[in-house]
Amino acid sequence: MADLKVTIAGVELANPLIAASGTFGFGHEYAEFYPLSTLGGISCKGITLKERPGNPPPRIAETPSGMLNAVGLQNPGVDHFIEHDLPWLRQQGTAVIANIAGNTPEDYCAMAEKLSDTDVDMIEMNISCPNVKQGGVQFGTSCAGVGSITAAVRKYCKKPLMVKLSPNVADIGEIAAAAEASGADAISLINTLTGMRIDIRTRRPIIRNNTGGLSGPAVFPVAVRMVWQASQRVKIPVVGLGGIATWQDAAEMLLAGASALQIGTVLFTDPYAPVKILDGLNRFLDEQGLASVTELTGGVRPW
Amino acid sequence: MKQYDVRQCRVMQFDQLTADIYSAWVDAGELARLAKPGQFAQIYVPGKTLRRPISICDAEGDALRFVFQIRGEGTAILANTRAGDSWDVLAPLGHGFSLGDTGRKVCFVGGGIGVPPLVAAAKVFGANATVVTGFRNRDAVILQDDFAKNGNRVVLATDDGSAGFHGLVTECLPEDCEAIFACGPTPMLRALTAEAEKRGVECQVSLEQRMACGIGACLGCAVKLKTEDGGWRHGHVCKDGPVFDARIVAFD
Repeated sequence: MADLKVTIAGVELANPLIAASGTFGFGHEYAEFYPLSTLGGISCKGITLKERPGNPPPRIAETPSGMLNAVGLQNPGVDHFIEHDLPWLRQQGTAVIANIAGNTPEDYCAMAEKLSDTDVDMIEMNISCPNVKQGGVQFGTSCAGVGSITAAVRKYCKKPLMVKLSPNVADIGEIAAAAEASGADAISLINTLTGMRIDIRTRRPIIRNNTGGLSGPAVFPVAVRMVWQASQRVKIPVVGLGGIATWQDAAEMLLAGASALQIGTVLFTDPYAPVKILDGLNRFLDEQGLASVTELTGGVRPW
Repeated sequence: MKQYDVRQCRVMQFDQLTADIYSAWVDAGELARLAKPGQFAQIYVPGKTLRRPISICDAEGDALRFVFQIRGEGTAILANTRAGDSWDVLAPLGHGFSLGDTGRKVCFVGGGIGVPPLVAAAKVFGANATVVTGFRNRDAVILQDDFAKNGNRVVLATDDGSAGFHGLVTECLPEDCEAIFACGPTPMLRALTAEAEKRGVECQVSLEQRMACGIGACLGCAVKLKTEDGGWRHGHVCKDGPVFDARIVAFD
């Protein structure tokens, strides 16, 4: 049995698998299947300063090898999270990562300040949500935007700060470098790629928001490429996500340069995917004669 | 004890009921004994990212029955099932019907593929349940013998009059029902909600929505619900429903 422990921005995770924000709620529903300590960490549903009702339905559309969503950050607000969700989550024996999203830089700063006084392990700043009209991805698609919001939040954030990057950019390496230079302790990528489906008979987009975020195996090769490019530009840890569905995908993403992984959409296909991925990864490490999962990180041999 | 889980279920019997509607009895073990009328399951479809939410039609011992219609690529794949195959089933999910006093006279109303989730609930009421179901035409009629076998009073309507009453289910409601349980197209549910309000009787409606996780984590299957203060909020079909008190559903 190889050592699965990884350390991200000073936070030790029992294994490299983190539940991706927006796919796992605040954990309650998946605790029916297995102890949440099965996971190295949980990135909670994205929270905003005030409660948000989210987008009108339909919010979901299936796509070849994936899905679109436009939930629109429906959440009970940061105070509700701290009071009602965090105490229970804290007892589950897994790292708790608070995912924050805002309309303005002030929103992000206020949430980072509030959460810094709690016992969350890390804050993941979502500047890459494609499904809200204000804020979200507008901060995440230019180096100047990423740099200024990261630097602003850094002043209020006393927790390790992970910045979640959008793939809807021209040069992911530049964006990653801007986050690092402005004080990020880690980066996670990729968020969803903006997509659209249309019902050819009604001529209506299937999703009420017209467009949504594409996730699932369809985006996996894009995610591998971006993690590879970003990891070459930064020294801070890179958390890789985007379509990981099998242990082979997990190994591939680590080789591309990820130090830890997030899994999301595959949970909808198979809620037990984390158990299967960890089991497979463990056997692969033994087969490869590796003592620690960290030995895979960045191990790709580019031509 | 888990409330729901994933299980590999052997398909014991698989039948085609109409041109595009199929019936499967699967061995779901303890999941079948956990199931309550009106709950649903998420069925894995090989090669598809999302499971298909399908209502539980009936439960007997360790067996669950699913009756589903081909609505797209996923259900078309499920329609190729043969007895002896295995289904990967996540169940039982959501809140079913709150049946209350089964000594009351009640009415079940179903339209088209909204009819299957009523079978197990109506069975509990036996002769106290009148089951009014509507279909496009006689070729689309399903499950009439099942309701009759369970002792329910059965009323059939078709849009074209090719079987039973020529018209809408809402024109066939019995006078003496103390509660209405319904599943079907939104216009039907809206009309029944208004009728129940006029009569001053309880009404529960089973809804559907495009869904991802099926357990309340992803918030994909939103439904607009009225709040007590005159406002509204987004609930979720998979966890808060699929069955809702009709008075709180905002049909807009």
